[in-house]
Amino acid sequence: MTVAPSSLTIGETRTKVLFDDLSRTQIVMYAGASGDYNPLHSDERYTKEVAGFPSIFAHGMLSMGATGRVITDWFGAQNVRSYGVRFVNQVWPGDKLEATVTVTELREEECQQLAELSVTTVNQDGAPVVTGTATVLLSND
Amino acid sequence: MALEAFPVEATHIMMFARAIGDPNPAYVDPTSDEAIAAGGIVAPPTFPMAGMQFEPANPFLPKAGEPWFGSGREATGRPPKESDGSGVQGGLHAEQSFTYVTPLRPGMVLHAVRREGETWTKESRRGGTLTFSEMYTDYLDENDELVVTARMLSVIPSVNPTEGS
Repeated sequence: MTVAPSSLTIGETRTKVLFDDLSRTQIVMYAGASGDYNPLHSDERYTKEVAGFPSIFAHGMLSMGATGRVITDWFGAQNVRSYGVRFVNQVWPGDKLEATVTVTELREEECQQLAELSVTTVNQDGAPVVTGTATVLLSND
Repeated sequence: MALEAFPVEATHIMMFARAIGDPNPAYVDPTSDEAIAAGGIVAPPTFPMAGMQFEPANPFLPKAGEPWFGSGREATGRPPKESDGSGVQGGLHAEQSFTYVTPLRPGMVLHAVRREGETWTKESRRGGTLTFSEMYTDYLDENDELVVTARMLSVIPSVNPTEGS
């Protein structure tokens, strides 16, 4: 699956609900798979009593990884050339996360067709939690 | 060297894909249309982070016989030092980016080299002085060919940003 530039228009978007009700277990799964066992993401007692947060919260990288779905479902994981985000708000258990990707530019570089994308993931209040950009390889059509 | 050997394994990719809530068959099923289009199973773009599993110095991996800063009998097994400022040990993640040469695939054995980038401070209303620091990690294959470069920006607040907010 490689998308052809002729099938894309600037400003075209795709949206996906990543999590309807982010569970603590999902966050624990991320800790287990990634190797980031920072207790801020799984240990309620430590996080409240020592670190002073209202509850445990998701790894930024869980949000970034999940947000990647809107890019890879459309363009194919093997075609991602760069992907970068800023973590702008914390993600808490129970959050609903919805990601949107927008095509911002189509260009050619060294005989490769590329698309520039912007991505934003918002929570149930519409507040952004992750914002970023990506570059993906397209087919030569 | 930051990471001597990071074997990219199919089961680990499957667990990672589940952990980010991504059911894309390209990550798990080599016979799927998605995997065939990708030239075989690939790892999700953020999978290089899972190299932490293989890093002896990973501060967020409890080690046998050593005190852990999470809770057990007490709320923490290793109280934060004065130098840790807000009690947020190791800082918070502000930005992350990856630049890929090739996707990660099962069978690769990567190693990584880390280099520090810039460090700067910024005053914040809620977090006091924020100290930002950049870290670059190059992941290389068995032939020392670059596979992906990661940039991490961390921030350590001088006071806990949750207090009084």
